[in-house]
Amino acid sequence: MATYELTVNGQKRSVTADPGTPLLWVLRDDLKMTGTKYGCGIAACGACTVHVAGVATRSCVVPVSLIGDRPIVTIEAISQDPVGRAVQDAWVSQDVVQCGYCQSGQIMSAVALLQSNRKPTDKNIEESMGGNICRCGTYVRIREAIKLAALRLA
Amino acid sequence: MSRSRMAVGLGLLLLIVSVGAFATSAQQSPDRTASRRADGLAAWQQVHSVLIHPRCINCHTAVDYPQQGDARRRHFANVVRGPDGSGVPGLQCATCHQESNANSTGIPGSHNWHLAPLSMAWQDRNDQPLSSAAICRAITDRRKNHDMDGPALLKHNAEDKLVGWAWEPGRDIHGMPRTLPPLSRTEFAEATRHWVEAGMPCPKM
Amino acid sequence: MRQPRPVSRRTFLAVSAAAGGLLVSLYLDRPLRAQQVPAQNPKVYPPDAFIHITPDGKIVIQVNRLEFGQGVQTALPMLLADEMDADWSQVVAELAPANDIYRDPVRGIQMVGGSGSIATSFQQYRELGARTRAMLVAAAADRWKVAPDQCRTEASVVRGPAGQSARYAELAADAARIPVPATVQLKQPADFRLVGKSVRRLDSRAKCDGTQKFGLDLDLPGMQVALVAHPPVFGARPHTVDALAARGISGVVDVFEIPTVSGGTAVAVVADKFWTAKQARDQLKIDWDLSTVERADSAQLWATYKQLARTPGNVAVTRGDARAIEGFAAGDRLVAEYEFPFLAHSPMEPLNTTVRFDGDRAEAWAGSQFQTIDQAAVAQVLGLTPEQVTFHTEMAGGGFGRRAVTDSHIQREAAEIAKRGRGTPVKLIWTREDDIQGGYYRPMFLHRVEVGVGRDGLPAAWRHVIVGQSLLAGTPFAVMIKNGVDETAVEGVSDTHYAIPSFHLTVHHPKVNVPVLWWRSVGNTHTAFVMETLIDELAARASIDPIAYRRRLLQPDAKKLRAALDLMEEKSAPWRRRLPRNHAVGIACHESFGTAVACAVDVSIESKRPRIHRATVAIDAGLVVNPLTIESQCQGGLAFGVSQLMANGAITLKDGRVEQRNFDAYTPPYIVDAPVAVDVHIVPSAEKPTGCGEPPTPVISPAVVNALTRLTGKRYRTLPLVTV
Repeated sequence: MATYELTVNGQKRSVTADPGTPLLWVLRDDLKMTGTKYGCGIAACGACTVHVAGVATRSCVVPVSLIGDRPIVTIEAISQDPVGRAVQDAWVSQDVVQCGYCQSGQIMSAVALLQSNRKPTDKNIEESMGGNICRCGTYVRIREAIKLAALRLA
Repeated sequence: MSRSRMAVGLGLLLLIVSVGAFATSAQQSPDRTASRRADGLAAWQQVHSVLIHPRCINCHTAVDYPQQGDARRRHFANVVRGPDGSGVPGLQCATCHQESNANSTGIPGSHNWHLAPLSMAWQDRNDQPLSSAAICRAITDRRKNHDMDGPALLKHNAEDKLVGWAWEPGRDIHGMPRTLPPLSRTEFAEATRHWVEAGMPCPKM
Repeated sequence: MRQPRPVSRRTFLAVSAAAGGLLVSLYLDRPLRAQQVPAQNPKVYPPDAFIHITPDGKIVIQVNRLEFGQGVQTALPMLLADEMDADWSQVVAELAPANDIYRDPVRGIQMVGGSGSIATSFQQYRELGARTRAMLVAAAADRWKVAPDQCRTEASVVRGPAGQSARYAELAADAARIPVPATVQLKQPADFRLVGKSVRRLDSRAKCDGTQKFGLDLDLPGMQVALVAHPPVFGARPHTVDALAARGISGVVDVFEIPTVSGGTAVAVVADKFWTAKQARDQLKIDWDLSTVERADSAQLWATYKQLARTPGNVAVTRGDARAIEGFAAGDRLVAEYEFPFLAHSPMEPLNTTVRFDGDRAEAWAGSQFQTIDQAAVAQVLGLTPEQVTFHTEMAGGGFGRRAVTDSHIQREAAEIAKRGRGTPVKLIWTREDDIQGGYYRPMFLHRVEVGVGRDGLPAAWRHVIVGQSLLAGTPFAVMIKNGVDETAVEGVSDTHYAIPSFHLTVHHPKVNVPVLWWRSVGNTHTAFVMETLIDELAARASIDPIAYRRRLLQPDAKKLRAALDLMEEKSAPWRRRLPRNHAVGIACHESFGTAVACAVDVSIESKRPRIHRATVAIDAGLVVNPLTIESQCQGGLAFGVSQLMANGAITLKDGRVEQRNFDAYTPPYIVDAPVAVDVHIVPSAEKPTGCGEPPTPVISPAVVNALTRLTGKRYRTLPLVTV
C-alpha cells in the first residue's frame, strides 16, 4: 500500500492503494468516479480511456504508481474543454449511443484526435478510433459525429 | 650470458616481433584480412542473433504496425505507426506503454517507447525477418541508420535505454516473464565492439 | 359519447394524493410489494404502475423491459407519450424493477428478447397513454363542468371549450381518483406526433458525460466485490484449494466454494474492491478434478458432427419426395458442407449482479433480461419467496442474447455469495476472461446440403442436415422441442421463403458439455449464411443476376422479402452500377422474427481482409415507431454480424478448455472491420410492427462472402474467415 497524490480533473485527490492498482480501479473504486469503464482489462477495447498529461491513456493497464504528478482528465470533466463539449454535443446530435457502455472511451479518444487535428480525414479518424470496440456497432455514427464536431469547431 | 646481453637480446626480440606485427597490419596480408573478416562475421552472427529476437525485431517492422510476443503476431487493437513511429492521437504508444514495465498489468514499458523508423526495418512487408546480410547492410548504411558510425552503433547497443529494455522486459498479461535475447547485454555489447573493430563486415549473401 | 366502463376498483392500485403525483408508483416511494395480477381484465394495464407525473410536470414512464442499447427506453415511451399528448421534453424513462405487472403482454413474463418489444407492447403502451389521457381529460372536464369530448389535449395541457386550460401536473391528483377506463380510443396513425418520426434517444446525454450508471457502476455503502474462479472445464470441481496466499492479501474478506449451475463447484473470493479480489483470485492455487466431466474438444466435435451429417436426423420439414435428390445426376447436384464455430456474445459491460441479503428479505441489482425469473432464482438460493426480493433493473451495457439466460447463473452465484455476508451488499463481477471462457455460446453448427438443380437453374430438390446443440434442451423452454427438433437451430432454413418443391430438412442435437445460448438472431446466424451463399452460388451457376434469381425463386406471397429486395435494389442501383475496380457487390436477403431485410454490400480486399465500403439496407418491419432506432439497429446489427467474419472470431475448445481468454484472441469487429457507411431504407408500412433488433444481423456475412467469391473465385463455407 502507498499513498498517491493525484491531480484529477483539476483537483488534488489523495488515494491509498496497492502500487500495481491500475489507474482505472483507483478512479472507480477509490474515487467513486465510474464514468471511465472496465471493458477488458488488457487495453484492447478503449473503454477505460482517460487523458494523462494530455495524452489519451488506457487506464486499465497503467498502474497508479506510474502516474506521478501528470494531470488526469476523465469523461466527467471533458465538457469543460471546448473540444470535449463539441464532441459530446455532436454525439447527441447524431444519436450515436446505443447501450452507451463504450462511449466514454470513444469520446475521450475522439477528443484526443480533434485536440491534435481539427481537420481529420477519414483515414485519421479510422486510425485514431481504430482501437476502440463498440459491440453495438455505432461506428458509422461515430465517424459522422467526429466530422460534425470538426465542422463546428472550425 | 651476461645480463646486459640478455636485455639487448630481449629488446631485439621485442623489436622484431613488434616490427613484424606492424608490418603485418600495415600490409594487410590476405591471410590476416580474411581472418579479421572471419572474426568480424562471427561477431556479427552474435549481434544478429540478438537483433532478430522478438524483444528487438518486434519494433523493427517494415509495415505500419509493431508485432508482439514471441509468436511475433501483429500488435492487437489496430495500433499503427503514425507519422513518427509513436502512434496516432488517441492511440499512441504512450497510450499504454509507460516509462517502465507495468508488471501488474503485463504491459512492457521503457523510456520513449516507439517504433524504429521504416529505414531501420529488419523485416519484409510480410513480417518475415530479412536475411542476415540485408539486416547488416541496413544497419551499416548511414543514410538509413540516422548517420551512425561504428562507435555510435556500439554506444547505441551498449547504452540506449529502449534497447536495454530487451533485457528487462517484464512479465506479460498472463504473468509469464518475457523471454530474453540469446546473449546478455554485456555479451551483446562485446560482440558489437568486436564487429565494429573488425570493420563491421557483412555477410555476402 | 358513451362513458367508458370503469375497471373494478380492486384492480386499481393505491393512490396517495399526498405524494403529489398522478399515482404512487410501486417502487418510487415505498419498498416494492408484489401486486396481485388482476384476475379480470388482464389486458388492462394500470397506468399507475407505468406513469408518474411529478408536481413540476415531469412524466416518468416505466419501461417494462431491459434497455441494452436497442432503443426500447425511447420507443416505448414514444408510444405512450404520443397517445397521452404529453410534452415529450418532459418525459423521463426508467427501467422498471422486477414485477409481474411488467410482464410482456404476449409472452406472459417480464422479459426482453426475440426482437419483440415493439411487437408485443405496441398496443399496451398506446393504451396506457390513451387511458391516462382520458383520466386527465375527465378530471379537467369535471373541474370545468364540461363534457370530456369538448376538451383537447396537447403537450401536457388540457384545453376546455371556453379557453380554460390546465397542465397535466395540476390535474394529476384529481385524475388519480378517476376510475381507469376499460375501453379506450387510440389515435389514427395520421394523428401521431411522435410515432413514426425520428426521435433522438432519451438516454443519450447521460451516456456521453459519464453520469449514466450501469450495473457494474453500482456503489452502495459497505459494498464488497466478489470474483469467482470457475472450473476450467464446465461442471468440474476442485480437488484442493490453497487459499493461503489469497487470504493474506490485505482487503480480502473471505474465500469459499460455491455450487455452479452446471453441477460443478467454483471458488468465490470476496474483497473490499475489485483489484484486491482480482489479485487474490490470481493467487489461488486450485487443483481441479476434471475426471467426472466430459471434456469437449472442437476438433473431436467436428469429426463427430461430420459423421452425423451424413445420416438423417430428426425431421424438421419434409415436403415432396425426400429421395428426389437422388434422381439428379452428379452434374446437376450441388453438395456443400458448412462449419460454424462457437461464438461468444461479449457485450461491452462484463456481467455483474449485486445482492444484499438481510435474512428475511433481499435486494438485487442487475441488467437483467428476465427480471422475474432472476428474482425467483435469487429468492430460491436465499430461501425466500420472490416477493421478499426487491429486484432492480440496471441499465445494461449490451446483451446480444447473453443476458437472456433461463438458469440465472450469474444471479445465483451472486446470491450464493451474498448468503454468507448478511447485511453486506456484494457485487459479483465477471471479468472479461470469465466472460470469454464462461460458456453460453452460440453453438457450433455443421450443415450438409445437397441441392438438385432443375433445368431452369432453380433448386428442384433440397436435402439438408443440420448438426448442432439444442439450446432449449435442459431449460424451461424445452417443452417447445417437437419431434426432437429445436426450432431455434433450424429457423431460417425450416421457414425459408424460397419456393423449393422437394425440401427435406433434418437435424441432430448432440449433447455436449458446453452451455449454449441464443446469439443475436439465433438460428439465423448460421442458416441465413447457408441459404444466401447457396442461392448466390446457384444464381452464378445459372448465369442469372443474384437479385433477379432471388425474385424468381421467392414464393409469390413473400411480401416483405420482395418489398425489401425491391427497395434495396432501387437504392443501391446508383453505386452498384459504378463500382471501382477491385470492388464487388454482394447480395443477401433474409426474413426473421417477422421482419425482412435485404442488403447490398460494396467490398474489396485490403491487407488480405474484406473491406466493406458500403452497405445499402432495406427493411420491412411493419409500422415503424422510430426510424432512428431502425437505422441504428440496422447499422449496429450489420457491424455485430461482422463478428462472424473476424479472423479471430471463433471460440474453440481443446480437451475441455476454452482456448481464448480475452479480446486479443477472440476479437470483435473494430471500426476498420465494420461497414464504413450504411444507408438504411424503410419500406413504408401500416402493418403491425415486427422487430428490428436481430433481423439485420443474418444478412451481412453472406452478403460480404458473396462479394468475396466474385473477387477471388473461392467459396467460403467455413466461418470465421481466417483467410480470404
